[in-house]
Amino acid sequence: METSAYAKTPVDRLTYSWRVRLRLMRRNFAYFLTELRRRPLALVGGIVVLAYLLAAVLAPHLTDHDPTAGNLRQRLLPPAWEDGGEAAYPLGTDDQGRDILTRIIFGARISLAVGLLSVGISVAAGTALGALAGYWRGLLDDVLSRFADLLLAFPFLIFAIGVMAFLGPGFLNLIAALTFKGWVEFFRLVRGEMMAEKTKEYVEAAKVVGQSHPSIIVAEILPNIIQSVFVLGTLRMGYMIIMEASLSFLGLGIQPPTPVWGSMVAAGRDYLLTAWWASTLPGIAILILVLSINVFGEGLRDILDPRLRIE
Amino acid sequence: MPGLDRVEYQPVDTPSPPLLELKDLVTVFPTRRGLVRAVDGMSFAMREGEKLGIVGESGSGKTVTLLSILRLVPHPGKIARGEVLFQGQNLVHKARAEMRKIRGKEIAMIFQDPLTTLNPVFTVGEQIRESMRIHNIVSSPDGCFSGLFRRGKRSAEYERVIRVMRDVGIPSPVTRARNYPHQFSGGMQQRAITAIALSCEPHLLLADEPTTALDVTIQAQIMDLLNKINREHGTSIILVTHNLGLVAEFCDTIIVMYAGWMMEKGTVDEVIEAPKHPYTQGLLRCLPHISEKQEKIYPIPGLVPDLAQLPPGCPFSPRCDQARPECREDRPIPLTELDGGRLVRCHLYVR
Repeated sequence: METSAYAKTPVDRLTYSWRVRLRLMRRNFAYFLTELRRRPLALVGGIVVLAYLLAAVLAPHLTDHDPTAGNLRQRLLPPAWEDGGEAAYPLGTDDQGRDILTRIIFGARISLAVGLLSVGISVAAGTALGALAGYWRGLLDDVLSRFADLLLAFPFLIFAIGVMAFLGPGFLNLIAALTFKGWVEFFRLVRGEMMAEKTKEYVEAAKVVGQSHPSIIVAEILPNIIQSVFVLGTLRMGYMIIMEASLSFLGLGIQPPTPVWGSMVAAGRDYLLTAWWASTLPGIAILILVLSINVFGEGLRDILDPRLRIE
Repeated sequence: MPGLDRVEYQPVDTPSPPLLELKDLVTVFPTRRGLVRAVDGMSFAMREGEKLGIVGESGSGKTVTLLSILRLVPHPGKIARGEVLFQGQNLVHKARAEMRKIRGKEIAMIFQDPLTTLNPVFTVGEQIRESMRIHNIVSSPDGCFSGLFRRGKRSAEYERVIRVMRDVGIPSPVTRARNYPHQFSGGMQQRAITAIALSCEPHLLLADEPTTALDVTIQAQIMDLLNKINREHGTSIILVTHNLGLVAEFCDTIIVMYAGWMMEKGTVDEVIEAPKHPYTQGLLRCLPHISEKQEKIYPIPGLVPDLAQLPPGCPFSPRCDQARPECREDRPIPLTELDGGRLVRCHLYVR
């Protein structure tokens, strides 16, 4: 039996047995890591996002304080490095005497959950509808595209404020408000790419081989498009987190006393001159997370596109 | 492919029932300026193992003829009339699902530009396997647990991928199967395309200008490969090209198309040695000969007509140096059969 010079495996092992699959996955992951190492910015971004994720998951184990119960005797304590700060409250306390670090850590849960869920639903809906509209065109495409144009005519924040005012505040309503418009971006991206890819010869070749339309859409064209969806997804995720923070800042998002960055910034605003930390530090938490997500997303795009790969 | 039972190769001169027969096929495209008949009244029959060449200028309906056979005429075009009989069955009225079973398995097609025909994000091996997977070519080996993770089937399919790749002359196929299309050279890409087409052992291979995008030495290799496939597996081949030299060397039979019309049909020797139709004569005069120093090449005057506004009568009449008054009359010109089964559509030969 012939062996490959590449991996010293006999031909029948070249097929995707679980062992080979595992090895391929490991090799792909190793490739991903080496490529990531060559892009220090993306690497740092990835590590920071990972840290936020870990903090969100492990939140109750990372701190002794209660994120919602305050102690009015300890209100507006400065961070530990300032005069009058206490080591028990590393980033100080807010106007109700709650530990700001604890609230930032718990706030990451909401922000990441909103970001992941709203982007996830938007990607799923936008990709599915965009693929159908771009492939089949016709009436379906006309209706969906006009609806998308209509949604795009509204500024996102104004639109979300309107929807939230209509639905009322709450976690699920927030997701609904964000995805109700969020899918449009993915719809337009996938529809456009689908229309471009559809005319390529490999699609014709797939038809000639006897593939059905659903199989061509899912198994031939979508893998060519999914890279850009992925990149747009990461970029939109940062945007969604900002949207959530903005809505919470305006009091339309998640309601107090649940720890959310947006409402923390809003609450600290009144004390900005005397206690700068109460609103600045949650703001910085948002900034670092969104920046890291964006930088990591840019790096992912460069790495994942197989057309840029040189082996 | 070796080790697989297939129809014995039939020498060209023994009579056998036609593998493919087109009867008065008309394929139309509705456009804003009127109905375009891209293929107008195409009729021919070909035997198993035959190599048929279709030549003509760009826009003469060669490719549309091939796509009509597969029922893949791009929207809004459609087959308006006629029959496509493949192994006795009329493909024009087949259900879509039935048609998908024929595409790739019974009739395969290879395209002009090999790189764009391959899907950039899958390895070449995966793409060759895809066609076998769709048509369930490789059956699962019997055995208790081999089918549990469909591993037995996968490895059988992959073994066959390697075999097909070796068959079409891709060196070190085990390594190359894992490469992506852009890592292949142009000639190797065309071989990979051919491997996909051959993976299910089709009876008929439609080759749409398979060598136009390649340089001359690679062209010769690919044509050798097609010849070998025809010889060893008895696969019938329709070669569509505008390269008359290629057809002269490769094909048994030749069809000359102009503006959707079949102008002339005959064996390659007859048509090349003694072209009957003025258009074929013109085409042959355009060819420079490598062996003799020719003083002048004689291009056919004028341009290919606009298919939406064809002149009445023979579409070639405005450019024809032997045109007569009846050529411009608005009535169909019958196909005239000359000795030896040659067909010509021209008033010069109507008795």
